Amino acid sequence: MMLDGKVPEGPIEQKWDQHRFRLKLINPANKRKYRILVVGSGLAGASAAASLAELGYAVDCFFFQDSPRRAHSIAAQGGINAAKNYPNDGDSIWRLFHDTVKGGDYRAREANVYRLAQVSNAIIDQCVAQGVPFAREYGGTLENRSFGGAQVSRTFYARGQTGQQLLLGAYSALMRQVAAGRVRLHKRCEMLDLVVVEGRARGIVTRDLITGKIERHAGDAVVLGTGGYGNVFYLSTNAKGCNVTAIWRAHRRGAFFANPCFTQIHPTCIPVTGDHQSKLTLMSESLRNDGRIWVPKNKGDTRPPSQIPEAERDYFLERRYPAFGNLVPRDVASRAAKAVCDEGRGVGPGGLGVYLDFAEALERLGRPVIEERYGNLFHMYKKITAEDPYREPMRIYPASHYTMGGLWVDYNLMSNLPGLFVIGEANFSDHGANRLGASALMQGLADGYFVLPYTIGDYLATAGKSKVDVDHAEFAAAEEQARGRITKLLGIRGERSPDSFHKQLGKLVWNHCGMGRNDAGLRRALEEIPKIRDEFWRNLRVTGTADTLNQTLEKATRVADFLEFAELLVRDALHREESCGGHFREEHQTEDGEAKRDDERFAYVAAWEFKGDGAVPDMHKEPLRFDYVKPAQRSYK
Amino acid sequence: MNFTLKVWRQAGPEAPGRLVTYPADDISPDTSFLEMLDIVNERLIAKNEEPIAFDHDCREGICGMCGAVVNGYAHGHERGTTLCQLHMRSFRDGATIYIEPFRAKAFPVIRDLVVDRSAFDAIITAGGYISIRTGAAPEANAIPVPKENAERAMDAAACIGCGACVASCPNASAMLFTSAKLAHLGLLPQGQPERFERVRTMVSAMEQAGFGSCTNHGECEAACPKEVSMDFIARMNLDLIRASLKHR
Ligand SMILES: Cc1cc2nc3c(=O)[nH]c(=O)nc-3n(C[C@H](O)[C@H](O)[C@H](O)COP(=O)(O)OP(=O)(O)OC[C@H]3O[C@@H](n4cnc5c(N)ncnc54)[C@H](O)[C@@H]3O)c2cc1C
Ligand code: FES
Repeated sequence: MMLDGKVPEGPIEQKWDQHRFRLKLINPANKRKYRILVVGSGLAGASAAASLAELGYAVDCFFFQDSPRRAHSIAAQGGINAAKNYPNDGDSIWRLFHDTVKGGDYRAREANVYRLAQVSNAIIDQCVAQGVPFAREYGGTLENRSFGGAQVSRTFYARGQTGQQLLLGAYSALMRQVAAGRVRLHKRCEMLDLVVVEGRARGIVTRDLITGKIERHAGDAVVLGTGGYGNVFYLSTNAKGCNVTAIWRAHRRGAFFANPCFTQIHPTCIPVTGDHQSKLTLMSESLRNDGRIWVPKNKGDTRPPSQIPEAERDYFLERRYPAFGNLVPRDVASRAAKAVCDEGRGVGPGGLGVYLDFAEALERLGRPVIEERYGNLFHMYKKITAEDPYREPMRIYPASHYTMGGLWVDYNLMSNLPGLFVIGEANFSDHGANRLGASALMQGLADGYFVLPYTIGDYLATAGKSKVDVDHAEFAAAEEQARGRITKLLGIRGERSPDSFHKQLGKLVWNHCGMGRNDAGLRRALEEIPKIRDEFWRNLRVTGTADTLNQTLEKATRVADFLEFAELLVRDALHREESCGGHFREEHQTEDGEAKRDDERFAYVAAWEFKGDGAVPDMHKEPLRFDYVKPAQRSYK
Repeated sequence: MNFTLKVWRQAGPEAPGRLVTYPADDISPDTSFLEMLDIVNERLIAKNEEPIAFDHDCREGICGMCGAVVNGYAHGHERGTTLCQLHMRSFRDGATIYIEPFRAKAFPVIRDLVVDRSAFDAIITAGGYISIRTGAAPEANAIPVPKENAERAMDAAACIGCGACVASCPNASAMLFTSAKLAHLGLLPQGQPERFERVRTMVSAMEQAGFGSCTNHGECEAACPKEVSMDFIARMNLDLIRASLKHR
């Protein structure tokens, strides 16, 4: 089946305006009769829930942390893009649109990306009005900095805590609506299933993580803003609780999963030190402005960095990409680092690391300048590694960071299941095969503040008001299944913890479906994953009971879903016989090792349909057309 | 490294709690405090015992989810550090480590080290925002903010809402938390219209939630992993006086 993204007609710069004009409206007095269930309180979920409540809808908001303010968006460091052109360096909506389509290696839907660039400026206005303390110039106006993949300065930031400040802004708007009685919060509450009634998404089943109570919630529409699935690799820069459960359960209920193999591996993270490690810490992309990346020229050179003379160092990014140097996009930088480590030239324990060296910048700019620019990052690095980056180079290595894939949505951000909307990192929409830095925050807030509030009204007005309550048979069935799974997990009484399975899965997926992928490895992973899953359901040990706070059980339900999802991820990677963005198929590279796209065969979105346990999923295609940005081989040389 | 842990175990809000001793042997100095607990928990599961419940998420010191009182200090002895960022190399090999939940009337224990901090959300709900509708914002640069004020507002806004200030205060006061939010918004031009109303409603919500009052011990500032300054409390008190004058 060919999928229709429902992109409106007309010139790209008028599509959104005209579409908004055509959208049906709901009478303000009637809005409160519609209940919308928003799952997620990150930038996407919180901004959507607040904006919908302001419009008058009755909103419920669910999240697994103890406060909406703790959603994973809080951890974003670097910044948020917008096409304000305050520095007068030639930025525009067109340029942001163009950079994002190119950065995504021509695998995103043009109309969505254009709209994203269009609403980007309103996001900054909104956040400033909420009191987000962005960095300022001495004159009191907003300051910008540069990020990878762009030649203009369009990134707004609040020190190294941009995500925190943006989320606190959205959270404050949300809490204002809680005070007004228009939003009900459901904290420490995990969505376990989606309920579909007569072909429409009408509710969810949740577990209260404190009491273990399984509950049914009905509404007129369901919005998922549940974040990305980067923790399928176990080790990632994501928060520990990030999971695939909400979108995977929706997928099992009929929502298509698009481009799961588009995952982003971030080049600058602190390397793994041992088996105890529970997560990897990001060192912001901004460091590549002044840090130089290198490894020894010779294999097995174990001398300390200070004793390796200049002539025996290989600044491999500067050598391979003289034009962009250390500021090539993330996918390119990560692959290059992997390549030198694969050659045996990696540094640090296990040879999985490259140097990020500030010696030259320290000499050129002096320590105070470096401190002002990166002080907090240097501090964090030292805390974790006990090494001082002012004296010796940092050691960094790529790590799983972001997932471009997600549930398929049309231009209205609605999945193929009527009434199910997906926003933020959870959908697949705007970043194609590679996301540029500072664009995820922009997308999450665009979806929540400025897109969904309009498009959801059109759906509700068209679908009309119809009553469903939680006594409906579909709710009972979904609850029964959720309960059954928990009972089953607790009943296995095997030997191994959920974490041990998660680690095993993560290692396998990282090795065969990480930075480099090939046919043989992917096929191997497709064989191995079901074996791990089998053992999981035979040999898992979950201590405790279902009716209390039970973190082992929480992990088990999430790992169970990762174990199913991982197979789809690998299957998608196997089918896409081309390299693009973060998806690098070793068989498809240019002579000098760059990603080789195949636009003839693969200029489409692959949207997978669940066909039952053990059955091969069906793939649907949404063809991608590029009328405005002509696809070319990305070059950063 | 080898440690002896004395960990607060409590099955539920109403259940009695007690300190239980666990060995934590063979721990690499590069392990973070929470990773050390992960290891201990894996060993408990292997013995078919229930692992220690503790809150955490980002493990980068920003989400504010983690926290426990370690050897008498909220988030442990290292200044400006959340529990997730504390590393075992900063403990003496062979040390005995006491681990207890954040304690305060307004933060009831849910289980083991997990406490209920909903009272913080209640304080924010009472006015910790600028009333602006989506779409109603003026052009961003139309509101110039002196760099100094923006920086100071950011210092206050850096609060992660972990509750260490409350846990370390002999009166279990939430003044540092509340005043940081008030300063963040009150230092910015956008926050002026509601400034005095905000201080009244938030302070009143804070009192209602069962937090104690401030008697200038200064433990909060010392425990704060983001080193939020107590000066904000003075600012809040001043605003509160001005608010009551205005009100009359
Ligand atoms: C370390 C780090 C730094 C980053 N820095 C930047 C940056 O500088 N710029 C940038 O643009 N992007 C950055 N990103 C990416 C960006 O932060 C995320 O993509 C974005 O914040 C995701 O927002 P979200 O609202 O979609 O999801 P999240 O913020 O992940 O929120 C997910 C929400 O869903 C809830 N949830 C999830 N599953 C369930 C469930 N089953 N049941 C109930 N609730 C559930 C959670 O409780 C949470 O509230 C960074 C990411 C990381 C990891
Ligand atoms: S786990 Fe987020 S601050 Fe410690």
